Amino acid sequence: MFSVELLVNALIAGVLLGGFYAAVSLGLTVSFGQLNIVNIAHPAFIILGSYIAYMCNSLWGLDPILTGIIFIPVFFLIGAGAYRLYYESFERKDDEALRGLAFFFGVMFIIEVALIMVYGVDFRTVQASYIGQSWKAGGIGVPTRMFVPFCVAIAMFTAVYLYMSRTFNGRAIKAVAQDRLALQLMGADPVKIKQLGFGISIGTAALAGALLIIIIPVEPSVGRLYIGQVFAIAVLAGLGSIPGTLVAGLILGIAESLVSTFFGPSWAPAVAFGILLAALAFRPQGLFGR
Amino acid sequence: MLMKSKHKLSRRGWLKRSLAMAIVAGAVALTAPAQANDTIKIGFSMALTGGLAGAGKGALIAMQVWAEDTNAAGGLLGKQVELVYYDDQTNPANVPGIYTKLLDVDDVDFVVSGYGTNLIAPAMPIVMQRGLVFPSLFGLAVNEKFNYPNYFQIMPAGPEPLTDWSKGFYSVAMAQDPPPKTIALVGADAEFAKNAVKGARIQAEELGLEIVYDESYHPKTPDFTPIVNAIQARNPDMVFVGSYPPDSVGMVKAATEVGLKTKIFGGGMVGLQFASIMTALGPKLNGIVNYDFWVPEPTLKFEGVEAFLAKYQKAAEGQGVDPLGYYLQPYAYAYLQVLGQAITATNSADHAVIGEYIRNNSFDTVVGNVSFAPNGEWAKTRVLMVQYQGIEDNELATFTKAGTRVVLYPEEWKSGTVNYPYAE
Repeated sequence: MFSVELLVNALIAGVLLGGFYAAVSLGLTVSFGQLNIVNIAHPAFIILGSYIAYMCNSLWGLDPILTGIIFIPVFFLIGAGAYRLYYESFERKDDEALRGLAFFFGVMFIIEVALIMVYGVDFRTVQASYIGQSWKAGGIGVPTRMFVPFCVAIAMFTAVYLYMSRTFNGRAIKAVAQDRLALQLMGADPVKIKQLGFGISIGTAALAGALLIIIIPVEPSVGRLYIGQVFAIAVLAGLGSIPGTLVAGLILGIAESLVSTFFGPSWAPAVAFGILLAALAFRPQGLFGR
Repeated sequence: MLMKSKHKLSRRGWLKRSLAMAIVAGAVALTAPAQANDTIKIGFSMALTGGLAGAGKGALIAMQVWAEDTNAAGGLLGKQVELVYYDDQTNPANVPGIYTKLLDVDDVDFVVSGYGTNLIAPAMPIVMQRGLVFPSLFGLAVNEKFNYPNYFQIMPAGPEPLTDWSKGFYSVAMAQDPPPKTIALVGADAEFAKNAVKGARIQAEELGLEIVYDESYHPKTPDFTPIVNAIQARNPDMVFVGSYPPDSVGMVKAATEVGLKTKIFGGGMVGLQFASIMTALGPKLNGIVNYDFWVPEPTLKFEGVEAFLAKYQKAAEGQGVDPLGYYLQPYAYAYLQVLGQAITATNSADHAVIGEYIRNNSFDTVVGNVSFAPNGEWAKTRVLMVQYQGIEDNELATFTKAGTRVVLYPEEWKSGTVNYPYAE
């Protein structure tokens, strides 16, 4: 069944979903793509962000997005601290490949278990005025539950992109994994630069977590479900490309939405990952990779 | 006599010993103090982490309440009851190993199932091979292929679970004037949801309804707006959904946002019975007709259920589980009541004798009188179809009141009338 109205609705839903996908993948693009740190605990940090948004929302009625913004510095410090531990324990000894991976597995489980111990295993959601509302014009609808996270995601992308491209430290973060020595010759400390980059990566998880709990209910292990999706977007983007991550998220979101609407939702994940496979076959460096 | 090792352990030896100690420590931590001869051990796996942990932990608390009640009343066969359980992590692959360990290492006297279809089916070959009585907790049509005589399922799906599950949904809809003519079927691509939708499809065909949409979706779908838009484009009179908790929330939110226009919406949505989800959705639930198993309506005040709920709610405080415990918890208590009553009545721990007794008798439990059909399901269906009505806020107390989830089906337990249509 095809109609223009259905197509427009599918495109809107796809763009909004894509923005959300990109937001949850942004931190991984920085850590995995730019810093070469395989942080498989990133979804767990996002869930931690969701629970903090839940806590502030249920206790004090704080808006989840406001909570996410407030907690970005806290998450930044957690990320910077986590990197320091990772560096001292593994990277400094050139031992990061396997043990580093195990370290982040451990971090993921610690976050999950800590959340289970504090909050239990029940599903958690937040309340906000824009959840459950929709703007409508004729047969076209824009759900604000998806639109608000989309706008926040775009703002977050713009901020991170500007920082990475317009500041010395931002450009240093992009360079650190490529040529450490050259960076040192420019007077920058690679360890501090990676610490800064990893802090930013985890900082985005505070806001991404807030966006996640606006869209779906969360429980401590729900992050595991999205590990594949998040890594797929980072790889499709071309590891390390911030605009690429946004484009890749939008491509996956639109593809899923169109397939779901016109061919059936059971095909949506297959098509999304089919796009990833095709991209890797014809452009192994990813859409925006060099 | 304490023996000391004469040999220095190799690194591999240390590893083996450490692993063995970790396993033993884990087992000790997860079980009550073992007392070999003066206890009756009941073993099971349970989803204490992972996607079904919310319900699994609630079920465990209910089972612990039963064990406390039973032991306070003198135990079974003059022995205290001990529950031995492991976390299956909501992973079916963990289940066979857990049951093998329960039977071969922990030497339990009885086993009962964990929670949910996906986690019951993997235990079936093991219990069948050993001829054990197997009370089961909320499996949908698990025994359909196995045909195991000692399987007894406590969820009141009825003797034909596939179709009995959604019978009430159709019964309510087809009683309207004019009756609906078209239906959309949508469900998660997972065991329970597929079975629920399969049963709904069979009945739709039998009733001559035109199926205008029939699709499944991946369980980790984050946004249901495209699916609801696609359904709306077909303009069905009925929308039957088979979904798990996160999807149910997504589906209700999307239906509200899109403004889904249909006459009856719901059916098999898991999660809408949970306190955390009901309070999250609040007034968005109004009008949805969905299955349920126990609600605080005056027609369902079975003997002992309120006393059980009071104990459960006290035990659940601060545990991060469903604070009300209306959905699964009374049944988690009841399936152990059935086993306990059968053991007491037969004065035996012989599985063949107990199985025969359960097949041929009925049991008074906190969920009412229970008897089983030859396939191990309830002899008569009691899947309730309830409609959310008059919900104006998101407060927990709202959902403890009669009248917010009105029973529409079966007739025997009916407590109100349907608000029809859902939206026009």
